[in-house]
Amino acid sequence: MKFEIEYSTIGSVAGPLVVVDKVKNAKYNEVVRIKLGNGETRLGQVLETSDKHAVVQVFGPTDGISVDKTTVSFLGETFEIGVSETMLGRIFDGQGRPRDGGAEVVPDKRMDINGSPINPASREKPSDFIETGISAIDGLDTLVRGQKLPLFSASGLPHNELTAQITRQANVKNSTEGFAIVFAGIGINYDDSAYFIDEFRKTGALKRTVAFINLADDPSIERILTPRIALTTAEYLAYEKGMHVLVILNDMTNYAEALRELASAREEVPGRRGYPGYMYTDLASLYERAGIVKGKKGSITQLDVVTMPSDDVTHPIPDLTGYITEGQIYLSRDLVNKGIYPPIQPIGSLSRLMNNGIGSGKTREDHSGVANQLYTFYSKSLDVKSLSAIVGAEALSDSDKLYLKFGEEFENRFLRQGFYERRSIEDTLNIGWELLSMMQEGELTRIKKDHVAKYYKRQGKEEGHGAKKAEEAPAHSGKEERKRSK
Amino acid sequence: MGIIERISGPLVVANDMLGSNMYDVVKVGKQNLIGEIIQLRGERAVIQVYEDTTGMGPGEPVTSTGMPLSVELGPGILSNIYDGIQRPLEVLRSKSGAFIGKGLTAEAIDRKRKWKFFAEKGIKNGAHVRPGEIIGHVQETENIKHYIMIPSGIEGRISGLKDGTFTLDQAVAKVERNGKQIPITMVQKRSVRRGSPFRHKFRSSEPLVTGQRVLDAFFPVAKGGTAAVPGPFGSGKTVIQQQIAKYSDADIVIYVGCGERGNEMTDVLVEFPELVDPKTRRPLMERTVLIANTSNMPVAAREASIYTGITIAEYFRDMGYSVAIMADSTSRWAEAMREISARLEEMPGEEGYPAYLPKRLAEYYERSGKVESLNGRMGSITIIGAVSPAGGDLSEPVSQGTLRVVKTFWALDAALAGSRHFPSVNWLTSYSLYLDALKEWYVKSIGEEFVANRNEATKVLQREAELKDIVQLVGADALPDNEKLVLEVGRMLREDFLRQNAYDETDASTSLRKQDMMLRAILHFRKKAEEALSHQVATERILKMKAREQVARMKEVKEVEVERHEKKMLDEMDAEFLELRKEYQEAQE
Repeated sequence: MKFEIEYSTIGSVAGPLVVVDKVKNAKYNEVVRIKLGNGETRLGQVLETSDKHAVVQVFGPTDGISVDKTTVSFLGETFEIGVSETMLGRIFDGQGRPRDGGAEVVPDKRMDINGSPINPASREKPSDFIETGISAIDGLDTLVRGQKLPLFSASGLPHNELTAQITRQANVKNSTEGFAIVFAGIGINYDDSAYFIDEFRKTGALKRTVAFINLADDPSIERILTPRIALTTAEYLAYEKGMHVLVILNDMTNYAEALRELASAREEVPGRRGYPGYMYTDLASLYERAGIVKGKKGSITQLDVVTMPSDDVTHPIPDLTGYITEGQIYLSRDLVNKGIYPPIQPIGSLSRLMNNGIGSGKTREDHSGVANQLYTFYSKSLDVKSLSAIVGAEALSDSDKLYLKFGEEFENRFLRQGFYERRSIEDTLNIGWELLSMMQEGELTRIKKDHVAKYYKRQGKEEGHGAKKAEEAPAHSGKEERKRSK
Repeated sequence: MGIIERISGPLVVANDMLGSNMYDVVKVGKQNLIGEIIQLRGERAVIQVYEDTTGMGPGEPVTSTGMPLSVELGPGILSNIYDGIQRPLEVLRSKSGAFIGKGLTAEAIDRKRKWKFFAEKGIKNGAHVRPGEIIGHVQETENIKHYIMIPSGIEGRISGLKDGTFTLDQAVAKVERNGKQIPITMVQKRSVRRGSPFRHKFRSSEPLVTGQRVLDAFFPVAKGGTAAVPGPFGSGKTVIQQQIAKYSDADIVIYVGCGERGNEMTDVLVEFPELVDPKTRRPLMERTVLIANTSNMPVAAREASIYTGITIAEYFRDMGYSVAIMADSTSRWAEAMREISARLEEMPGEEGYPAYLPKRLAEYYERSGKVESLNGRMGSITIIGAVSPAGGDLSEPVSQGTLRVVKTFWALDAALAGSRHFPSVNWLTSYSLYLDALKEWYVKSIGEEFVANRNEATKVLQREAELKDIVQLVGADALPDNEKLVLEVGRMLREDFLRQNAYDETDASTSLRKQDMMLRAILHFRKKAEEALSHQVATERILKMKAREQVARMKEVKEVEVERHEKKMLDEMDAEFLELRKEYQEAQE
């Protein structure tokens, strides 16, 4: 045991910050132990150090800390957590202490929770398709192993259900290795936390899950630690134990708010909406911990929940998140109001790594074309819909009416699916082709010709009908033309 | 040697630093982290540290190297991937594994490798040589001759210059100055924060051909010019930058991943060695230098990465190459400046950015240009900078500071990206101020018609946008036939010409010849359709023509088939129109 000096020279306490005077050798980012007058101890971390004083951020409440009776000792190490495989199946609090009444974990290894940046030259290109069983994701915004993809949600939307469903169903195609799950509840309420734990328990996922829960009434500063502890555990499981880990950070908005609280306590110059100017870098230090590393068997895939304050995607939290993550999945209030689950709005949603994970040999050769074509038609149908709201459905042309119908069918048959419904990628693409076959074959210009020839479903009757109509057209329009010229 | 007094994140204040200079590189603390002096106050120096300062404490030593932040330049630099301060990431990987350790140093260029050096024929031993003068070359890759130049500050009588095989540390010649013999090796150092000297700068008259239709045909950037690509996330900034890195006709490409995603750099690292330069048939990696300081790597090194990139670019420019440098993203660079400025407790300007932000942006973009270098060769640097405005709002300081200096503006549009129209360059708000300067080149290289067609196409798109506003109110049926046709031609231009699929083998890059064909076909359709309308053919029928699908599938035409295809397509189009007109004539009679 190292010799520790206990400083009783606290100069000031403000919010989560304690300034300790007359400290000579505090190291930057070093962990400190704070001992209260009543014997209680709390942990903190050095935020700034000089030859005169150290600024310490306390992980926990600062009530009970006094200038005269509290002592601070500097532990000479950065924040570390003991990790072990036996953590699977366990539930911890936001600082990594058991919350399930079980014993302390006997650590296999101690790891710095801040991790180190992955060398870009050591990264492996993520390209293993993850089948979530959800058409809107698998078909249009495919997730691959090693990706970080946030759910852009908002209050009142079913992001918890969707997260639970993905967690239950996600699997890599043609692979028997399931995912180990590291769940970080960041500032979520008791209800949501209990929902996830129940879900994991019900589906048997709990035994391959490590959960860290920081509840809404837990100290907000602890939220700075929770995702880091979760990611460190994930790195241990992935890179030391060779597991494929799915990390769920729920909800990053609460994390960012804790960051702002800390920045304002430090009297920093605020950036947009009071969030600190370094929030991009800070968020990146979490999100960028997803990935696959050369020479290691495991991988880390991240699913981050971001609830957009007042549904505003330009708010700094979703905005900066979108700049770091590899795409985003939007949940839509409109779709919820239409009773569609999962309410994933394809327009705006994006998976940047999709093209790595799809195509022949991975999903199916027509995947890219089908996704683009569905997307184009659906986007067009929404345009037509907003047009019809102004000019009335009667004024729409036949082809516009067809788009409108396509949009409805797309929402009802492609997007909508059950909470326990798991669709294979083939099913998803086949539903796609059923929808595409509503349209004229010649319109499918975003799909390769031979794929159209192979998968397009010609409906004999309707096809003939359509062709006949086209033949009638010249005479008909000719008449019209004459009428007009009169 | 100084002593650390205060540490706050990447910022360290050290005392007893008398004798060190502004912008000197220093070694900080017991771990020897690399830092740079950014402020001097009496005996105190403020240092920004390029690595994580965790675990460092007051009282630890600081030593100055007496050198400003520099890059090493010499044969072996191509195909490398560096961090923001030019440490080769592959070497760091062999030293510290998958994660980047601290206090690591590594030679930027391999010192063991031997190169075959060919002395410049025109230079006789005993001749007087000046800085920048070419004394020989090394065949660095199959297509790139790496010229060896006299470093700055060295001038005098040359001796001992001859062909031979050398490592970077061995002298290939000596230069006598004031009675002293200075050995000349193939490696030189250049300070990054100031531009390298040259003789003259010229206005550029040749475009950087990118293979991207919307850029080449509508908003070209000149070789030696500047372009900004601002856009919200998901609008395809990175894809467009990577496309240019892959398909542009620059000799050398410097790609700076500045505070962006790690996986994107991996993409480049995996793809570039596999992709073949269409011009030289050699792997793209052979003409590329990558600089990757991803968002989770130290923020001060991110600030330096942009300068590291441009200094390497200048080195190749001086050899007479056309260099294109992509910086993705300059906003992250500006944020790094902001973070350091805030820690310095400087008075903030707009949105917390330092007041010197616009100046730094302007200085950076001014390092572009077509120049005659000190040795008389003509080289150029084209700078393409991505901007990531918060919330996609261009009124923020980085976008505004950039738009004031750049001459090409590719406005990426969230709505277009939302409907998967990529590249999502908005054709109404983007601009290129090089159009006039480049016109002559276009006329000479592809023909007058291309320029005329381009102008017609922009007019159609402008008109289409106006009509669409009307359609939003009254519906498309209320428009007269010729305006319905404008809508259709506008749609063709947008979907069949401007939209381009970066992930499709054939469509990823389009030659100017094929671009010419595509534009001509669409506008030919327009002409024929107008004629048909004047012969009372109904628009409904024109909108159902087979030719439309033909036009839509032009993208799939391979480059080698362009000539043959063009003729066939136009003939078939004419025939179909003729058929249609006949039909109507008969119906009327």
